[in-house]
Amino acid sequence: MRAMQLGRRPFLAGLPVALGGLAIGLRSDAAGAAAPPPRGVRGAGAGFSPNVFLHVAPDGWVSVVCHRSEMGQGVRSSLPVLLADELGADMARVRVLQADGDAVYGDQNTDGSSSVRGHYDQLRLLAATARTVLVRVGARRLGVKAAECEALDHRVVHPRSGRSVDFGGLALLAEREPLPAPGAVQLRPQAELRHVGEALPLLDAKAYVTGSAVFGADVRLPGMLTAVIARSPVVGGRVLGFDEAAARAVPGVRHVLRLPDPQPPYAFQPWGGVAVVADDTWAALRGSRALMVRWDAGSNQSYDSPAYRETLRQAVRSPGTVLRKLGDADKALESAVQRIDAEYYVPHLPHAPMEPPVAVAQVTGDRCEVWAPTQNPQAARKEAARVLGVSEQNVSVHVTFLGGAFGRKSKADFVAEAVWLARETGAPVRVQWTREDDLRHDYYNTVSQQRLSAGLDASGKLVAWHHRSAFPPIGTVFGGGARPSLGDFQQGVLDVALDVPNVQAEACEAPAHVRIGWLRSVYNIFHAFSTNCFIDEIAVARGADCRDVMLEVLGPPRQITTVAELGVEQLRNYGASLEEYPVDVGRLRHVIERVTELSGWSERRRDGRALGLAAHRSFLSYVAVVVSVVQAESGKLRVDEAWVAIDAGRIVNLDRVRSQMEGSVIFGMSLAFHGSITMRAGATEQSNFRDLRLVRVADAPRAIHVEVQKSEARSGGVGEPGVPPVAPAIANAVFARTGQRVRDLPLSRVFVV
Amino acid sequence: MTEATSSPIQLRVNGVERELRVDPDMPLLWVLRDVLGLTGTKYGCGQALCGACSVHLDGAVVRSCCTPVRRAEGRDVTTIEGLSEDGTHPLQQAWIELGVPQCGFCQAGQIMTAAALLRKQPKPSPEQVEQSLAGNLCRCGTYTRIRAAVQRAAELTKG
Repeated sequence: MRAMQLGRRPFLAGLPVALGGLAIGLRSDAAGAAAPPPRGVRGAGAGFSPNVFLHVAPDGWVSVVCHRSEMGQGVRSSLPVLLADELGADMARVRVLQADGDAVYGDQNTDGSSSVRGHYDQLRLLAATARTVLVRVGARRLGVKAAECEALDHRVVHPRSGRSVDFGGLALLAEREPLPAPGAVQLRPQAELRHVGEALPLLDAKAYVTGSAVFGADVRLPGMLTAVIARSPVVGGRVLGFDEAAARAVPGVRHVLRLPDPQPPYAFQPWGGVAVVADDTWAALRGSRALMVRWDAGSNQSYDSPAYRETLRQAVRSPGTVLRKLGDADKALESAVQRIDAEYYVPHLPHAPMEPPVAVAQVTGDRCEVWAPTQNPQAARKEAARVLGVSEQNVSVHVTFLGGAFGRKSKADFVAEAVWLARETGAPVRVQWTREDDLRHDYYNTVSQQRLSAGLDASGKLVAWHHRSAFPPIGTVFGGGARPSLGDFQQGVLDVALDVPNVQAEACEAPAHVRIGWLRSVYNIFHAFSTNCFIDEIAVARGADCRDVMLEVLGPPRQITTVAELGVEQLRNYGASLEEYPVDVGRLRHVIERVTELSGWSERRRDGRALGLAAHRSFLSYVAVVVSVVQAESGKLRVDEAWVAIDAGRIVNLDRVRSQMEGSVIFGMSLAFHGSITMRAGATEQSNFRDLRLVRVADAPRAIHVEVQKSEARSGGVGEPGVPPVAPAIANAVFARTGQRVRDLPLSRVFVV
Repeated sequence: MTEATSSPIQLRVNGVERELRVDPDMPLLWVLRDVLGLTGTKYGCGQALCGACSVHLDGAVVRSCCTPVRRAEGRDVTTIEGLSEDGTHPLQQAWIELGVPQCGFCQAGQIMTAAALLRKQPKPSPEQVEQSLAGNLCRCGTYTRIRAAVQRAAELTKG
């Protein structure tokens, strides 16, 4: 009830989207906070608002703006806690507002597992600045020295006298106070952060379980129309003709519009096609079916997955561009006592968020308002402005809850469609993608072929490691070439710690025929698959234990802080320097040791089940996974238990880290067992969850055990790094259980799953 | 809304009598979302493959995306908005207690499906829970918590 009353306060009046309802701990009215000026939360009314992230009202309510998109990772239950703890606020008197897309917030692209690691210190500094001012005016009010006061439980406290004053009573005074220079502000000692690092409540849980959470498709505007678009089954295809009259004959259909054809590079442009715009979704769907569009499929109709696989296979059997070199791997392979070669294939993978892409737009004169489940509201704003030919300042993008995203909703194509249609029709328009649209017109994770070669000396020790990888890179969507770059190879090739004297990695060319995008952990998916399976193959060839060989290949605990040690010219390192975020072999070894201990690795085969292990550093975090695979009499394989050990440095919300690891296991299982998008004549063969299978509840392990390492290291990512080790752990367990080595995903090609 | 010449369709939604002039073939999902503004019920696939649109028809689970509204004529429809007053159904409590949702999008369908199970079977076995929820996808992968929360709700119901 309280939240409802708050929602009617002038503070929030007129704000467009209420995301959620009352929740435990923190309060969430979650209206989309409108774009504010750099100082002060816009529309926040009287009170103390030293920056766009924080506002203290005279009644003591603290508003914290979450500038990152909530897509299931729990960011709204994490970042605001960091600010509130640094401020010294009482969680029960904190509300969370959702930011619009605006550069004043800095980077809002909720991507790359960067929300905590990229903003930890910055957000604390903003809150510490506010605290410094509150303490200063509070001390003045109490007639004591600021140095003798602290901010605790929503009050400025003078411990010696026992006197204190509430934040609310200081808000108006504080607003008149000059802000201290950033250099004059001190962060609290880490130990004073009361909630950070603990298992904290899920802010929006109640909104989710009562159906009141507003996702993209739930936005309702007066006079809003709904559009469904028939798009070319092949990228770059053109409309030849369609039955406009049949579509218009469907009751409720208002407009039938042909969208402009996109021009390469496709980037975030709309895909083109024919839109049916109607009073409701049912009419739009029926109208769209009636169109019977005829297409000129264009040059990409040559794309067939089986033939392309052969292209990739040839690519990795010839030398590529050398991107990593230590010693002389070719020579060492020639002189090795034993040589092992293996090739691995991972197909295109879909995002398939439960909420298909959707966006609402309204264009009034030269102004535009958008409501969308976007991971990247600034990119959506830019794309909307481009479509309309107006300044970005004329466009507001309100971020709703995202019903899953996994990278798909970083792209602004569906927002651009809604904006174009809103202008053309003069009405607010919601573009609703069907599940078929989602699976057929995705920005797929790329398709890859890799060839790995190892040379062993007489004692079985690795003397050479050679890795070739071919895949159409994401850059092709933006006009880039077909050969993976140094930046692409950072994900699981260049940054792999190897205690091997001769190392070489080569990038091989692979042209793109579909839109390639980033999917939760991206290139790490197939690089971690190949390297972890290959280590298991080496162990088998040597008659050794996979864990022992993995630790041996990684080498002794050490911090790799220079590119020279890796044998590369440069390492993107997820945007961080190697000094701040070295490749820390000790941390990777530690999670391997923990996960094998937790899972009872020493008895790897027992009671008809077998364990498989994999470990990977990505997004500056370290994750090791063990899965237990069982096989029914029918031959059906399943994962019956999983263990995850993660070291993500300093974390904010322990329960959300756990839930991300649990979800990563399921996500990794889906791609390992089922996750295949295949193309025939340039068109996607899968259409819905009938032919694109995902893991269901009965397939889920009976338990997923997660151990989060306590760490004071700088924060790493959490949303993505759990995924890469899952598929190779499964493949290695499948080998241990069945004796059959699977080098091509998905496993459903070979096994009943 | 889509005009229809046929006679109005009468049904009860969350206890409220409704009289609708819509295409009788319009799936219940779109009636709920687009006509009645009850957006807690989600579209996920349109082919009864994902369960995001699950609602109760006379207490039994149906996939509203494939249920023409004419089939609800004269019957009781319950959506997530009508499951309880103020989110206090044992399943909703258990879901909050165990922090089940990630993105939250599929959760209304999961809860509605589990609610129908608990009504029939107040102490379900793990197999019964899996069978009943077999048609509900969760891409975020909250399955282990969903299973635990259904059992927790069964305990809460008993108490």
